[in-house]
Amino acid sequence: MTSPAVTLAPVPQEHYLNVDYGVRSWLLTTDHKRVGLLYLIGITGAFFLGGFFAVLIRLELLTPQGDLVQAETYNKLFTMHGVIMVFFFLIPSIPAVLGNFMLPLMIGARDVAFPRLNLLSWYLYMAGAIFVSTVVVTGGVDTGWTFYTPYSTMSSTSHVIPTALGIFIVGFSSILTGLNFIVTIHRMRAPGLTWFRLPLFVWSLYATSLIQVLGTPVLSIVILLLGVERLLHVGIFDPALGGDPVLFQHLFWFYSHPAVYIMILPGMGVISELVTCFARKNIFGYRFVAFSSLGIAVLGFLVWGHHMFVAGQSVYAAMVFSLLSYLVAIPSAIKVFNWTATLHRGSISYQTPMLYVFGFIGLFTIGGLTGLFLACIGLDIHVTDTYFVVAHFHYIMVGGMVMAYLGGIHYWWPKITGRLYPEGISKLAALTIFLGFNLTFFPQFILGYLGMPRRYHVYPDEFQVLNVMSTAGASILGIGYLLPMIYLVWSLWYGEVAGPNPWRATGLEWQTPSPPPRDNFTTTPIVTTGPYEYSRPRGEHG
Amino acid sequence: MWGLPLFPPQASTLAPQVDALFFFLVGVSVFFSLLIAGLIVYFAIKYHRRSEDEVTEAVHEPVALELTWTVVPLGLAMVMYVWGASVFFTAVRPPRDALDVYVVGKQWMWKFQHTDGQREINDLHVPLGRSVRLTMTSEDVIHSFFVPAFRVKQDVLPGRYTTTWFNATKAGTYHLFCAEYCGTVHSGMIGHVIVMEPTEYESWLGTGAIGGSLASAGEKLFQDLGCSTCHTGQANARGPNLQGLFGRSVTLEGGSSLVADESYIRESVLEPRAKIVAGYLPIMPTYQGLVTEEQLVTLVAYLKSLARPSS
Repeated sequence: MTSPAVTLAPVPQEHYLNVDYGVRSWLLTTDHKRVGLLYLIGITGAFFLGGFFAVLIRLELLTPQGDLVQAETYNKLFTMHGVIMVFFFLIPSIPAVLGNFMLPLMIGARDVAFPRLNLLSWYLYMAGAIFVSTVVVTGGVDTGWTFYTPYSTMSSTSHVIPTALGIFIVGFSSILTGLNFIVTIHRMRAPGLTWFRLPLFVWSLYATSLIQVLGTPVLSIVILLLGVERLLHVGIFDPALGGDPVLFQHLFWFYSHPAVYIMILPGMGVISELVTCFARKNIFGYRFVAFSSLGIAVLGFLVWGHHMFVAGQSVYAAMVFSLLSYLVAIPSAIKVFNWTATLHRGSISYQTPMLYVFGFIGLFTIGGLTGLFLACIGLDIHVTDTYFVVAHFHYIMVGGMVMAYLGGIHYWWPKITGRLYPEGISKLAALTIFLGFNLTFFPQFILGYLGMPRRYHVYPDEFQVLNVMSTAGASILGIGYLLPMIYLVWSLWYGEVAGPNPWRATGLEWQTPSPPPRDNFTTTPIVTTGPYEYSRPRGEHG
Repeated sequence: MWGLPLFPPQASTLAPQVDALFFFLVGVSVFFSLLIAGLIVYFAIKYHRRSEDEVTEAVHEPVALELTWTVVPLGLAMVMYVWGASVFFTAVRPPRDALDVYVVGKQWMWKFQHTDGQREINDLHVPLGRSVRLTMTSEDVIHSFFVPAFRVKQDVLPGRYTTTWFNATKAGTYHLFCAEYCGTVHSGMIGHVIVMEPTEYESWLGTGAIGGSLASAGEKLFQDLGCSTCHTGQANARGPNLQGLFGRSVTLEGGSSLVADESYIRESVLEPRAKIVAGYLPIMPTYQGLVTEEQLVTLVAYLKSLARPSS
């Protein structure tokens, strides 16, 4: 790619935001950038709604007694927290917001392959969100986000069907986005942009899309079967009707474990972009990082049984799933080592996106390593279904994924809006989030090993101190998340004008004005080098 | 409130094994966390950007390094895997001489039946130093039997038996939790396991049983339900002889065979036609809906008692 130019160009005359105005121009847009922003609005709403439930959960757990809300309400709170965060925030977040906006720009394309399908994805997302919001307003659902049978089909009296329908619908949004990205990456790359010149974020989106397309239909099927059993009493999962409850778990986790990688892989991709830019350095081991994404996507489909080590599956099945779970950990380890090695002899800046990179690597490492505890069948017996699991997946999902998402939002904010975020307060926010996160979730590892089960409204007195620490951390974390919300909106009017390339980054998306014109590039870029040509070749002095 | 526990009591033979594994993994995790964090901090300081125009130099990317950080974690992972699997085998295989206790979970309580006939709800009394094997089922949704002090957890499913076992090593009272979300009062589906010195346990046994042993209750039910009209024990009976059946290999119609265990007996009562013993006709009616899970347990105990050579 061409060498980064330090131009302080003014905001361009015409760009995707001012090319036309009015509600109609947004709701009927086929511009991937506007669709990305529509997603940003939906997803931010989901994040704060899910976060609101988390706050209520943590407040309830401040005391061992169930004194803030009733048991039924508590069960609905953690269910809706999980449903909203998993299906309406984590899964779509990076692909649908940053992927939608950046993918065509990063490969030198005018748009995604199917722009109208892209808009349809957003409408499906919103339709699913409306179903679930209606459930929230009309009384909630209490099955846990995992919908385990036969509780969800024969026992729960809450709004299981509308929630399931919402998830069913949002699944199609995910499938269409995946399909769109796969075709876009195959067909729309700029001249000269070979597979091994693709930014690693694009590789990770490709791997993610494969999972979305191949895995999500299984979730749709299992939700349909659940609906059939609950409404028509056809025995599929309920033993009282001749069904098998463990079958549900197999089908559910066949999607929902790979879904974990839908959530984290794009985050890993973002980190590869950020670490190179802010260390001003070529990525260490490009091919290892790229292929590890595909390795995770493939192996990720073969490890679902590790959610079920005490669920009554056979001893030998447990052994196979344990072995495969250890194998899937290796590509993640490879990525962490390569990111760390990228810092070596770099030119490291401490700008906000890089702080999120540091946070991500640290927290993802802890999240990943504690995953080894859960893959270990002899140890999983004790820690499964306890707060150890809760802490582990929050280290991956919140410590990893949300950190990467926020890092990416800050990194690409100038490209998206044409404005820079304020650096001082954003560093403070990043630090607040890091500290608040650790105070919230680290005590939960200890609680888990002590034996505190998940989804407990009331708990024994001796667990209180650790729960108080966790709740205190959550309040700090909550403030940390509100800060970017405020200063990013502020920056839309008062932020410094960014120019096309404030970070002196090498990616194609930085070779066009900020905000980009409707069609992204005035002339189609021609690519002649790899994505991260930050360093001069070895031995050359300049 | 300020008594801050950091580690659970270690009160079974399994607990130290699980904890040793835990500390090994903690050690590996701390090592790698510190390694990564240390390197990041070191690089971030040492290579801090000094001027806006700073340009880096490409570094050599040795394949040997990539191989090292692939193979070393893989090796460690395999150690964890094998060690974990060996602990798992201990955890899922009850010793032969274990004391039997039957567990029925329902929303939201634990019901225990001892072979001598004692029944308990939410409290389970067991002797110190003796292996206890739990045969468990649920009347409604999935529950999970979890005693943190023993490092024991097993889901309890409706429609089938699952088993777990422990051998308590320290007298005392320990938490029993339901670990699988089971509805409104999930967090109230708790109880205690009370580990008693063997002599104390003997005297506790003496106080509880009212209706005779579990097997004798099962024998009575066996007569009441009319099981004995077909399972007469005679050579020409319409039903197979159940004397000495438990634990023995059974040849089925079609040539396959299985070992008669608790699950097989349960299934044969509720779904008699699922598995037909070679040489018999599929004529037995189902007892689905006629016997409760707790009654089924007595039938199982009765048939088990028939397997003992002395009877």
